[in-house]
Amino acid sequence: MLDDTDRRILRHYQHDPALSPAELAERANVTTATCARRLDKLQADGVIRGNHAVIDWHALGYEVEVSLRVTLDKTQPRAFEDFTEQARQIPEVVEIQSFLGRVDLRLSIIARDMQHYQHIYRTAILTLPHIADIEALMHVARLKSDEVLPL
Amino acid sequence: MIELDTIDRQLLRELMHDATQSASALGRKMGLSQPATWRRIKRLRDSGVIRGQRLDLDAEKLGFGVTVFLGVKLATKGRVSLEDFERAVSAIPEVQTVEHILGLYDYRLRVVARDISDFERVLRRRLMMLPGVGDIEANVLLSEERLPGPIG
Repeated sequence: MLDDTDRRILRHYQHDPALSPAELAERANVTTATCARRLDKLQADGVIRGNHAVIDWHALGYEVEVSLRVTLDKTQPRAFEDFTEQARQIPEVVEIQSFLGRVDLRLSIIARDMQHYQHIYRTAILTLPHIADIEALMHVARLKSDEVLPL
Repeated sequence: MIELDTIDRQLLRELMHDATQSASALGRKMGLSQPATWRRIKRLRDSGVIRGQRLDLDAEKLGFGVTVFLGVKLATKGRVSLEDFERAVSAIPEVQTVEHILGLYDYRLRVVARDISDFERVLRRRLMMLPGVGDIEANVLLSEERLPGPIG
């Protein structure tokens, strides 16, 4: 189980995942050795799954981000599996989420511009299997994106 | 906009997978010297291609069993300022992400909660009290995967 020290380390680490082990230990007010030991344990227990670089697609010329909310034809027993398997093959799909609710799946798609988006939509998205309905939402701005857990 | 060569792309893929790798470890993998690797990583960071780092935590193991995506429509556009809504919603600790979108809804929120009754508390006491909130649609997250995107 997690104690207050683990939580304190995670809190600081979450807010700045680029901290060096020494800096993190100092902020969490523990020794470097304790901090390293706790982090190893949290990783071994699967609490920390990874530390990933986040890409800004705008900086690479991808100006458009669209969320496609997909409803699947559930009379097809393999609708979810078939759809996600093929969606994974589209390079511009950066996120696939599945839901319980009014929508079954959401794909995050990036494109260089609207023309490029239209091309992806027509050639790659509309050919995905078992689609019953698609709704598109255009992404305007990201106001909060740290995805920090309130520990 | 910066141009990336094959080595830059390979570096990005490595760092998206594990951003804690040192320049010397990455250099060894790619057959580059440590200073050359370091210069390339610095360029990717300075040009903003690498926006930051994200710690991937298992929310469930930390007691957050429920993640819900909310589509929020503002009820009284024009009378409530978007800035007021954005400031208030971003200040709620359980709200992990706030995105302004165009289409069926005005905002998409990612909300974490300990369980469904905890989510109900956040929804009723916090989210439905926000200035200007109209229609809210909730979808409970079952699974998610992030893909590397078109850098391959």
